[in-house]
Amino acid sequence: MATFHVLIIGGGATGAALAHDLALRGLQVTLVERGEVTSGTTGRHHGLLHSGARYAVKDQESARECIEENMILRRIAPESLELNDGLFVAITEEDVAYRDLFLEGCAQCGIPTRELTREEALRLEPNLSPDLKLAVQVPDGTMDAMRIPLRFLATAKHNGAVIKPFTEVVAILKQGNTVTGVRVRDHRTEKEYEIGADIVVNAAGPWSEKVAAMAGVHVPIQPSPGVLLALRGRLCNMVINRLHRSGDGDIIVPQRGLSVVGTSSWVVEDPDNLPVPEDHVQLMYEKGAEMVPMVKQAPFRAAWSAARPLVGERGATTGRELSRTFKCFDHADEGVEGFVTITGGKATTARGMAETTANVVCQKLGVDAPCRTREVVLLPHTAYYVQPD
Amino acid sequence: MAEQTVQFKVFRYKQGERPSYQTYTVRVDPRTTVLRALEQIRQEQDGTLAFRHSCFHASCGTCGMKVNGQEVLACVTNVLELGTPVVVVEPLDNAPLITDLVVDMGDFYARYQPAGMPMIRESEFLPDSQVPEGVEHHMRLENCIECGLCLSACPVAGSDPLYLGPAALAAAWRMVEEPRGRDPATVLAWVDHEHGCWRCHAAFECSEVCPSNVDPAGAIMALRRELTRRKIGQLFGRR
Repeated sequence: MATFHVLIIGGGATGAALAHDLALRGLQVTLVERGEVTSGTTGRHHGLLHSGARYAVKDQESARECIEENMILRRIAPESLELNDGLFVAITEEDVAYRDLFLEGCAQCGIPTRELTREEALRLEPNLSPDLKLAVQVPDGTMDAMRIPLRFLATAKHNGAVIKPFTEVVAILKQGNTVTGVRVRDHRTEKEYEIGADIVVNAAGPWSEKVAAMAGVHVPIQPSPGVLLALRGRLCNMVINRLHRSGDGDIIVPQRGLSVVGTSSWVVEDPDNLPVPEDHVQLMYEKGAEMVPMVKQAPFRAAWSAARPLVGERGATTGRELSRTFKCFDHADEGVEGFVTITGGKATTARGMAETTANVVCQKLGVDAPCRTREVVLLPHTAYYVQPD
Repeated sequence: MAEQTVQFKVFRYKQGERPSYQTYTVRVDPRTTVLRALEQIRQEQDGTLAFRHSCFHASCGTCGMKVNGQEVLACVTNVLELGTPVVVVEPLDNAPLITDLVVDMGDFYARYQPAGMPMIRESEFLPDSQVPEGVEHHMRLENCIECGLCLSACPVAGSDPLYLGPAALAAAWRMVEEPRGRDPATVLAWVDHEHGCWRCHAAFECSEVCPSNVDPAGAIMALRRELTRRKIGQLFGRR
């Protein structure tokens, strides 16, 4: 059987999971990333393993994807997760009023919940605000934002995939209306060369609109940054979420010896060189402290911005109105063959995004190979650097 | 916010060319970190500048480099707090150079991986809290973020390429300290030689530069004590 070659643009969680999926299906895979792997949006997220509960009321498609992938990641990468669950905490009467809608949404999406009284929740998390009214426990967790993608990449490499960091796509090659490969610049030498491919997949996250434009097609992506704040010390063991609809500063994720408070949301044209607006940083302190007052006393570690790749046409105002689900575009629909874009989604759902995309790729190539990424346990992240025998 | 102009003197190297330093002028504000300044340079002045980064909050260990001669994580190094009109940025030592500020972490992991340290430990925080129903015990990711700062700062690693180095020895001590079902003897045998825990000169540079409070020097001393204890035990016929 002839082996088809798939070239993936983007070394974030999505590209990493896709390289793994396609390599397991027996395809020849090359992944190129302009910087270090996970240097875009992937590495910068708050490290939340989503239960989906955050989206259970307003964005149920994304919520269902999250809970399904959450359970799969527990099987395939257990050593890279802090499985301490999460709490949705009600601080005001308005939060309490949101409870029924929230519990109903979680039930509809298959997300297990357990209601806790104020006292029960304070026993679990003594640093919660004394204003706490009640809490709901959900299967959130903390993930290692970089090392889970590294495990996808390590396993992909073990199965023959070639991973090329510091390799930037400068042009997409076409013959007529068919994409035939890419021209890249190797930033180790600043020399350019071409890589041919049967299919090119654009997995460039918030940059996917720019990449698609190189192929002469349009991808509706709205880069939507958020500010995150890391504080020294673990203020909680569980993930703490505000029990209300999505808003600013409504989550605290414990991560190693840090606590990460997130996020704000606005929209930008260019996902590069994001500003860190001071008022957003202060908002993280204010809103975070409403849930855990010690947020205001904990020593500062870092403040930064990360751009979500939300699927939607330009014109959104904050990005909160857009779904967190993902979308795979086969650009043959617009008359360009051999070019597929996968974008949107969450770090939690990267494997599912990859499965959907690999199905499209295999169908286009006429390859009949089932997806195996739900079962295959990933190699340790260290295997990305040192391949096992 | 008070913006200032700072000069960055950055080490440059592309394969097949001579290494050099290049100076860039960058506008910074009180929150600008060295990593953000490098991003600004790459975005606005020089798209060929290569460096590693991922999390931007000292949790991934990717952006280790030398700033004014000191090993740091660029993401949590505030530019104005450095207090120098020129900021010198160079790649880590004791690791093969790939390009510009990018070093090859392969050797680091080749030494680190045999310790077999799991990534997850029991959380020692919030001791007053109970464990929620459905959770066996609170857990958290290990402290070591595998940044390589300790190996770069280690004076012995520069002279003995076979030395296991601080990060690997600290990982070995974590295994001995908390074996989690494994036999610590295997790990102890792995470090008990002239390029292992006995090679350290106790310069404590590693613990100085560690951004994650791992204290590799303390771990190396603990390994020596444990090996000594076991050897004395064997002399007197005890385990």
